[in-house]
Amino acid sequence: MALINPKKREVQVKIVYYGPGRGGKTTNLEYINRKFKKRILNEMVTVKTYGDRTLFFDFLPFDIGEIKGHSIKIQLYTVPGQVKYNATRRLVLRGVDGIVFVADSMDLRREMNIRSLENLKANLESFNKNLFNIPLVMQYNKRDLADEGIPILSVETLEKDLNSSIKAPYFSASAIRGDNVAVTMKKIIALTVSSLRKKLE
Amino acid sequence: MEFTVDFNKEQIESIEDILQKELIDLGVQSVILMDLAGNVIVNLDSGEADHDVFSLAALAAGNYGAVSAMANIIGEQEFSLLFHKGEEESIHFSKVADDLLLLTIFNKNVSLGFLRLKVAEAVKRIKTVI
Ligand SMILES: Nc1nc2c(ncn2[C@@H]2O[C@H](COP(=O)(O)OP(=O)(O)OP(=O)(O)O)[C@@H](O)[C@H]2O)c(=O)[nH]1
Ligand SMILES: [Mg+2]
Repeated sequence: MALINPKKREVQVKIVYYGPGRGGKTTNLEYINRKFKKRILNEMVTVKTYGDRTLFFDFLPFDIGEIKGHSIKIQLYTVPGQVKYNATRRLVLRGVDGIVFVADSMDLRREMNIRSLENLKANLESFNKNLFNIPLVMQYNKRDLADEGIPILSVETLEKDLNSSIKAPYFSASAIRGDNVAVTMKKIIALTVSSLRKKLE
Repeated sequence: MEFTVDFNKEQIESIEDILQKELIDLGVQSVILMDLAGNVIVNLDSGEADHDVFSLAALAAGNYGAVSAMANIIGEQEFSLLFHKGEEESIHFSKVADDLLLLTIFNKNVSLGFLRLKVAEAVKRIKTVI
């Protein structure tokens, strides 16, 4: 639910990074925060536990300039991925305009990815939204682990498990190295904002 | 894409006017009218404050949502007073409509009782323009 302020000519768009615990959602935002420092006016906000796990969310506001005379403020959020935090995860999803699903490429995390996507579907439905018609980008993260000899899922397997019916745009990435982090973000912003243009005519 | 509470320019101006007269002119530092997704709809301040309103709104939405969920668990519809008191500054939350929240930041020169009265008045008036 993007918010348009016709007086300030400003639009706020909410993009949420979703996915299983330890998949790399926070790492995506941390990289964006470093890489695009100049466009980020405020500090990144994180609500985390001792062990660095996201407890509630991370929040990063990001200006992308103007569309049709309106300044566009992108608000990036991550959810806590751990299964037990579903109540807070749902709160963060409220009013979402676009989603990046960060899947963990590690072999061992195959089930967790699938369960997290099912959880996303259920949570969206509780807000009368549908996984199949909300702007969505898939990110297959931690591809770098292959270089260390750690078994990872092939992109074909991830595609089959997660994206065979949604058919969202997808990227292989390494959030820790920054590979395809910006590309993923640009893609979700483009998808989300394209539906805005008509409204701003 | 869906849009949340879509206000027009006139509505926003009326709301700003109400918040200015009912709250800012009486010594409140800053007010944020926001939705529960964390979007800022109107933000006014007395000029002394320089808060990061977008982060405040994101945290307030999460905080309000968490407190409401706690209320439900113990069988309450909602808690009527949501207020965080600091040494110098305090924050007061007030629900305006289903998806709308009014956040008021004030210092120790303003009493809580007086503030609540004024917030209630402002909320009543805002409801007539939305
Ligand atoms: N090798 C490798 N490690 C990564 C990558 N991305 C994240 N990590 C590591 O994985 C761990 C978890 O990353 P986070 O970004 O905190 O994961 P998260 O998805 O935010 O986890 P929750 O907050 O619990 O939901 C950290 O130790 C990261 O350094 C990656 O691309 N490659
Ligand atoms: Mg995290």
